[in-house]
Amino acid sequence: MKYMLILNGDENTESGAMPSEEDLSAMGRYNEELIKDGVLLAGEGLHPSSTGARIEFDGDDRTVTDGPFTETKELIAGFWIIQAGSKEEAIERARRAPLKAGRIEVREIFDVSEFDQTNEFVQKEVQWREQTGQSRTA
Amino acid sequence: MAGADRPVAHGVSDREPTEAGSAGSAGSAETHRAIEAVWRIESARIIAGMARMVGDISLAEEFAQDALVAALEQWPRTGIPRNTGAWLTAAAKRRAIDHWRRQERLGVKYQEIAHRLHTDGPTGQPEAAVDEPIDDDLLRLIFVSCHPVLSRQARVSLTLRLLGGLTTDEIARAFLVPSSTIGQRIVRAKKTLSAANVPFEVPGRDEFAGRLDSVLEVIYLVFNEGYAATAGDDWMRPELCQEAMRLGRVLAGLVPKQAEVHGLVALMELQASRIHARTSSSGEPILLLDQDRSRWDQLLIRRGLAALDRAESLGGATGAYALQAAIAACHARASSPDQTDWERIVALYDALTQLHPSPVVELNRAVAVSMAYGPAAGLELVDELAEGGQLVEYHLLPSVRADLLQKLGRAGEARTEFERAASMAHNERERALLRERAAAVELL
Repeated sequence: MKYMLILNGDENTESGAMPSEEDLSAMGRYNEELIKDGVLLAGEGLHPSSTGARIEFDGDDRTVTDGPFTETKELIAGFWIIQAGSKEEAIERARRAPLKAGRIEVREIFDVSEFDQTNEFVQKEVQWREQTGQSRTA
Repeated sequence: MAGADRPVAHGVSDREPTEAGSAGSAGSAETHRAIEAVWRIESARIIAGMARMVGDISLAEEFAQDALVAALEQWPRTGIPRNTGAWLTAAAKRRAIDHWRRQERLGVKYQEIAHRLHTDGPTGQPEAAVDEPIDDDLLRLIFVSCHPVLSRQARVSLTLRLLGGLTTDEIARAFLVPSSTIGQRIVRAKKTLSAANVPFEVPGRDEFAGRLDSVLEVIYLVFNEGYAATAGDDWMRPELCQEAMRLGRVLAGLVPKQAEVHGLVALMELQASRIHARTSSSGEPILLLDQDRSRWDQLLIRRGLAALDRAESLGGATGAYALQAAIAACHARASSPDQTDWERIVALYDALTQLHPSPVVELNRAVAVSMAYGPAAGLELVDELAEGGQLVEYHLLPSVRADLLQKLGRAGEARTEFERAASMAHNERERALLRERAAAVELL
C-alpha cells in the first residue's frame, strides 16, 4: 500500500523563510531513515502559497486566483509518498517526523486497480450510454 | 522480570488503565496494532544488533521477541514511547543479560558476552546502541539469512521473518502453506546455521560476489511469488512484492556500489509498475502488448529507470538483472507497442542468452525478433527451438508459433497450434483464452 503523508502549512512555511540549519538537518535525518528502510517512494517540499494560484471550477467557467491564501492550516507545505504494510505503519512513520508544531495528515493512495477503467463491459456500457444519450444513473 | 513466563499478548486488554482518560480495550486494540507496526519497522535492526552482541540469530530473535512482549504488556498502560527502537533494544538487552546471568556458572564465555552487553552502550541510555554499527549489523543479518548452507525455501522464510518482520502466520498465508510448515522451516534453518557454525559476518572479498548472488536470488524469489498472486488470493501474497522491493532498496543503501543490486531493484520496480495492468477485472491475464499503458505506475517506472541508470553508471549494464531491467525499461519508455525499440530489446536478449543460456529466454528473443524484423524471422527461430526439443511441454511455444503463423496468414496451421497450446496450458483461464484465439482464427 502507498500512503501520502501530507505536511500542513503554518505561518512559518507560508512566510517563505528558509528552515534553520537545525531543522534542515533533522528533516534530512528523518528522510534518510525512510530511504534506508526502503519505504520512501517520493517526497517534495512546496514553496509558500504566495507563489501559487488556484483554479476554481463552476460548470464551464474557470476562475484563477493568485496566492497567497489565508487559511494557512488548510494549505499544504510538502508531502511524502511512502510504502507501508498498514495504516498503523504509515502513522508510525509520520509520528517520527521531527516537527515541534504543526500537523501531518496520513492518507492512503488509490491503487489504479481500484478504478475499473479497462473492463470491456464497463467501457461498452459507457459508450452505449453516450450514444443513446442516457445519463449514468445505474 | 527475570524468568517470568511470557505474558499472553491478548491478556493486556484486561488490565485496568492506570491513568484517568486512558483508553479502554478498544484503545488497547489500537495500541496493539500500533505496536505491531513499530515491530515491522524496528525488528530487523533490533535482531541484527542483538545478533552481533550474542553471536547467534536464534537467541537474538528470542530476546527481541521478549522485548516485543514487554512492549505489548507495558505500552498500553504507559503509552508508546517517543523512541520506540531504543526502548525495544534496551528491553531486549535486559532480557539477554538476565539470560546470561542465569547461565553464568556454565562458563566464562557467557560472562564475556554479558560484559559486552553491559558495555555496548549503557542500557539506560539506549540511544548509543542504535547508532553506527546498525547498518553493518543489518547487512550481516541479510547475508546470514540468505546463507547458501540453507535451502532456498529456508532462506526465503528466514529472510521474511528476520528482515521483513513478518510473523510465521503471515509468511504461511503469503505462500499458501500451513503455518506449521513455515514454523518448522524457520526452526530447522536456525539449527542448520548453528550446526554449520555460520559466523555473524559479512562475507570476505573472495566469496562476496557469490554470497551476494544468493541474497539477490532470495529477494527476487520473494518478488516473483508475490507477482504470481492472482485476484482472489490473500492480500499477503501481493504484499510480498512490496516487501521484496523494500528489501532490495535497503540492500541498495547498504552496498551502494554493487551494480547488480540496483539492477535487481530496477527490474522489480519496472515489473511492479505493470501489476495493475496485467489482469482484467475478471482476472484474465492481459499480455504486455495488450495492456493499457495509462495504468502503468509512473512513479515506479521513474524509480526503476533511475535505479537502472545507477546500475549502468556503476558498470553493471551486462548483469543478468540489469539486462532484464533494461528490457523492461524499453517497454516502460514506449508509449505504445509499435513505439518500442525492438531492435534494442533483441540486442539485450542476445546478451542475456550469452550470460544465461535458456530456451525460455530464446523464445522471448524470438518474439522480439518478430517485432523488430517481421514474423517470418521470428518463426524461423521458434521452429529451431521446437526442433531443439527443450520446450516440448511449454505451452507458450505453440502459442507464440500460432501467433506468428496467424500474422503470416497461415490460418489453418495457426488454429492447430493455438489448440495444441490450449491442450498444454496449466490453468483453466489460459486454456480458455487460447481456445478463444483458436476459434477466432477461423473467422478470418
